[in-house]
Amino acid sequence: MEHLANALVQGVMIGGLYSMFAVGLALIFGVMRLVNIAHGDLIVLSAYVALVATQSLGLNPLVSLVVVVPVMALVGYALQRGLFNRTMGADVLPPLLVSFGLSVIIQNALLMSFSADNRRLQAGSIEVASVTLTDAISIGVLPLLQLVLAVLVIFGLQLLLYRTAIGRAFRAVSDDPKVAQLMGLNNKHVFGLAMALSCMIVALAGVLLAIRANFDPATGPTRLIFGFEAVIIGGLTNFWGTLAGGIFLGVVQSVASSFDPGWQILAGHIAFLVVLAVRPNGLFGAAN
Amino acid sequence: MSGFHVTRSSTLTLVSSIGAVALAAVLASGALWASNDTLRLATDVFLYVALACLWNFLAGYAGLVSVGQQAYVGLGGYVLFALAAKANMPVLYTIPLLGIVAALLSVPSAKLLFRLRGAYFTIGSWVLAEVFRLTAILIVPLGGGSGMSLPVRVAQTLGRTPHDRFVMTYLIALALLLAILVMIFLVLRSRIGLALTAIRDNEVAARSNGVNVDRIKLVVYVAAASATAMVGGLIFLQRLRISPDAGFSVNDWTALIIFMVVIGGIGTFEGPILGALIYVFLRETLATLGPVYLIILGAVAIAVMLVEPRGIWGFVRSRWGVQLLPLGFFVGKSPQR
Repeated sequence: MEHLANALVQGVMIGGLYSMFAVGLALIFGVMRLVNIAHGDLIVLSAYVALVATQSLGLNPLVSLVVVVPVMALVGYALQRGLFNRTMGADVLPPLLVSFGLSVIIQNALLMSFSADNRRLQAGSIEVASVTLTDAISIGVLPLLQLVLAVLVIFGLQLLLYRTAIGRAFRAVSDDPKVAQLMGLNNKHVFGLAMALSCMIVALAGVLLAIRANFDPATGPTRLIFGFEAVIIGGLTNFWGTLAGGIFLGVVQSVASSFDPGWQILAGHIAFLVVLAVRPNGLFGAAN
Repeated sequence: MSGFHVTRSSTLTLVSSIGAVALAAVLASGALWASNDTLRLATDVFLYVALACLWNFLAGYAGLVSVGQQAYVGLGGYVLFALAAKANMPVLYTIPLLGIVAALLSVPSAKLLFRLRGAYFTIGSWVLAEVFRLTAILIVPLGGGSGMSLPVRVAQTLGRTPHDRFVMTYLIALALLLAILVMIFLVLRSRIGLALTAIRDNEVAARSNGVNVDRIKLVVYVAAASATAMVGGLIFLQRLRISPDAGFSVNDWTALIIFMVVIGGIGTFEGPILGALIYVFLRETLATLGPVYLIILGAVAIAVMLVEPRGIWGFVRSRWGVQLLPLGFFVGKSPQR
């Protein structure tokens, strides 16, 4: 029983990370109906940026966020202005195929620069620090930090969307891009800012992931899929639903893995398909 | 008095249709004269052209942008290995069975995936392919994560010498490719083809005119899945070895294929064939480049998407009004009475 309770707690923690993958996806889909297939590869790219920063500057990975987050924001803004803005329109095909091409390019560029070796960021004593609850359940400080940061990110996003001028611009271009433009917004710039913000969250998630688990250039698509599953399970209504979706996915994976590690990821996918079959609007979305 | 009428055929479509039949005959005769290397390369080309045309059928004509067709390539490979090596079924008989198995599995898959619209369908199709891959890892009798080889005795049922086997796979691949091309051609000329054009131009308007959009898309999805599995079976029959990572590889069976179709011309009949030929030509000349190769192909595909989304063939068609096969309609001059 305690064994199950432990799996549950660990699942909630990892769910925080999955919801960070998901929030970045949900944000750009909400603002500009863009599904970025390279999202997972951008997560892995941030991990490599952090790897370079830690090795060349001798920084702790958590401190390297000071470098990685602005770098990824620039990357996101540049990608949107230089690439994705040219594909926006009624047809879903161009943005999908362009982001898919980008995904393949990032993976292979990382493969050439860093080889296919497994990497990991060394964060020192915080990696093993933990709080013991009972004999069988202890919570790692790092996983706890992930969950807390996920909640803070979502809280901050909600504040930004509903309390600031840039948030109002995001909501305006989302509701009606043409009218938003008539009211004096530069949609291309607003889209660029949304992608930059998405990539800042990606940077945070990427660094946290890289401290916790091994990564290599090919691990991006799985992160994209986890984020996507969290979004759909969460129900596409608001970011708190996405957090719930991420936690649901984390718990399913963690519990399945406690019975048989071979089932961890498959069980998550199957849970997603079951949700799709039974409640296509998501577990936490509005009933249709 | 001269009049005008709407027609599918022109002198060019007549000439190129006869040319296509002649080309098929020449290719079939290759079994008699081609060397082993040529046969192998040609078989590769046939299978890539087939995959490209099938993906284009899905994405270019039915708007189903799947990045999960590797699910059916791997499924075909695995079912062929299971039937031929474990159930000792003659290899030739297994190939139509692959199509049936994939069709049966693709119906419930489509019902689930069609709940996701547009771009979400795309990622959903990838999840499905991952489910297939992770399931294959769990099947221990088929080698689990490390995969399995086709026993020599099974391969030898196709022919005693390597040359006989190459000829046999070549002929099966050619027959399968021709069947797929004819199937797509006939579907595009049928009521379904008309409905697909209507959906592509305006889905809401098509619905309101009585087109059963979901049913049409289901038909296309199932047909593509079924044929993709047969192609997949042949790919791994040629390779004699399969593993979950090779069978369900998104790079080999989806990324490359998408690049071929985009470069050649998405939503055209001839484009994917052209794209696959360009790909194989580049591969044979630039073989040693490794990852750089995928980067270049990806960059070219993105450039094509930004500059000329209809690809090379789409450009040729709109620039010079060329239509090789009688698929579109145009106005022709009626003969004088």
